[in-house]
Amino acid sequence: MTTPTATKPNSPAGPARSDQPRKVKLDSSEAVLRTVSHLGVGLFALICLLPFVLIVSASFSEESLILERGFSLLPQGFSTAAYELIFSAPRQIIGSYVVTIVMTVSGVVIGLAITSMTGYALQRKDFPLRNYISFFIYFTTLFSAGLAPTYLWIARTLGLRGNYLAVFLQLLLSPWLIILMKNFARSVPYEIVESGKIDGAGDFRIFAQLVLPMLKPALATIGLFTALSYWNEWYLSSIYLGSIVEFPPLQYHLYNIINTANALRNSVAGSNVALSDLPSNTLKMASAVVATGPIVLVYPFVQKYFVSGITVGAVKG
Amino acid sequence: MAVQPAQPGLELPTRGGKPTGGTTASFWRGMRHSKVLLLMCVPAIVFFLIFSYAPMPGVWIAFTNFNYRDGIFGSPFVGLRNFEFLAKSGQLWLLTRNTILYNIAFILIGNLLQIALAVMVNEIRSRYFKKVSQALMFLPYFVSVVLIGVIAFNLLNYETGTLNNLIVQAGGDPIKLYSMAGAWPFIIILAHVWQSTGYGSIVYFAAIMGMDQSMFEAAAIDGASAWQRIVHIILPNLKPTFFILLLFSLGGIMRGNFGLFWNLVGNNAQLYATTDIIETAVYRMLLSQNNFTSSTAVGLYQSLFGFVLVLVVNWVLRRINPDYALF
Repeated sequence: MTTPTATKPNSPAGPARSDQPRKVKLDSSEAVLRTVSHLGVGLFALICLLPFVLIVSASFSEESLILERGFSLLPQGFSTAAYELIFSAPRQIIGSYVVTIVMTVSGVVIGLAITSMTGYALQRKDFPLRNYISFFIYFTTLFSAGLAPTYLWIARTLGLRGNYLAVFLQLLLSPWLIILMKNFARSVPYEIVESGKIDGAGDFRIFAQLVLPMLKPALATIGLFTALSYWNEWYLSSIYLGSIVEFPPLQYHLYNIINTANALRNSVAGSNVALSDLPSNTLKMASAVVATGPIVLVYPFVQKYFVSGITVGAVKG
Repeated sequence: MAVQPAQPGLELPTRGGKPTGGTTASFWRGMRHSKVLLLMCVPAIVFFLIFSYAPMPGVWIAFTNFNYRDGIFGSPFVGLRNFEFLAKSGQLWLLTRNTILYNIAFILIGNLLQIALAVMVNEIRSRYFKKVSQALMFLPYFVSVVLIGVIAFNLLNYETGTLNNLIVQAGGDPIKLYSMAGAWPFIIILAHVWQSTGYGSIVYFAAIMGMDQSMFEAAAIDGASAWQRIVHIILPNLKPTFFILLLFSLGGIMRGNFGLFWNLVGNNAQLYATTDIIETAVYRMLLSQNNFTSSTAVGLYQSLFGFVLVLVVNWVLRRINPDYALF
């Protein structure tokens, strides 16, 4: 189960529940509300799903039929030509995959280590500097230098233009996730810390051996959000990597395919040359499927941590 | 799961550790004992120093006629001329107006739909139906905004778009949406709602789940209809959550959903009048126009304006209830 209902599967009681067997008349308003609710929720879920169906259908369509009739919900004809084209020269897509996976995995490991240490330390009531450091971190959400000064600093002064580190490092920590971790860590009873101290453990050992195992759900949630920010990253890449690196992160690679294929097609149409054999429409859609696929496949397994990220709430400084 | 659903901002500080004494002497004694805790914070402190604080002096660019050769502090100082220029050209006003109007639409429409969705999900008894539909509803928030751009292209482009395909099949003429500025507020609001309503409804759903179930039982015994249950119990009890979320989002009203705007509109100058927000302008000024001064000036304007807004919102929240305050 995926929502907060998980904790109490059968308890939420509507008024028309069977534990009141004497209520003979099934209130007609209940039936209406239930029908409307099913229709409304079902319809909205369908609207959320349909665009994905559109993309997959289009990716398996025949380019000639797309040019003739346009995209539609069901594939126009059936062809795997676009996928064959992508995988006939897989160097590019494999390179982007490797870059993205390496960044995501190392970013999650390092980011989690730092976020959990900091979040834990900042909620220890016996840490005199906790309020100052908390505000030091929180302040970055209130005021920022803005894009251009940050760009000058990172690209010019630090010399990271065209360097994967410019993207990797900036995504490593988020003030929100540190605050979230701090709130998670509050749920660990202070007695745990005290018992560790009595046994002579230092603060780091208490954290690593006693507290961290209790923070597994928090680690899963924050790890997931970190992983998503790396996996879905295209923005920093567009600023700091541009066309300098051969293998841009996956989503920026997809971004380029959408925009450069567009440019290509426009230039061809503008000079009155017949459209080339490049199946640009289906190619774009197939690229979107290839770039998105894995994240949708893992989604069902990580969804509950995705939900707890928002329900833990209390994102305060 | 150790986490209980909570309304954002409503969580009270729970566990009391040892409070530190107020004197300097005890402060330093506390410091000696918490050397390790400080060390644990050092990587994060260094991170924010390098990536958030170090670039801040660079906002000086907004007051100069910046050029590479002279650098940030060597370029000629021009005072507020950059801001004057942006204000006189009308651009600053256009960006502010668009940003705020979009945010107001997002906040109002978004919250209404989220509440409606949460109330409806709460009425569903079939676990399987609930599980599958919720999984689908959160999915749009999970995928990258680049994909949303692809979806928009699939639906809306002139030559092969699904929408025009349907219009032609129905006997109409295809429409050139990518040059119709008037259509884009609707498209962008729709896309935003599509992306975030499902995920946003979790907060309201959690709030409903957290309500005292005895209220519902009492209402049922008194013969309240389903409609009365929603109007007189659920909605009034969602009010605090709604107002807190509203205030939170008012603090961010100068920011935007940049990724969504850029992937839907990009560098399409025909649409700027209705789609250009502060963040898209800052990004374009830097990357397409290489205009450091304007980009910095607009960015600084946004940061300062936003900062003041958050302070005001925080003051209001503190007046309502000190526990709601952001900081």
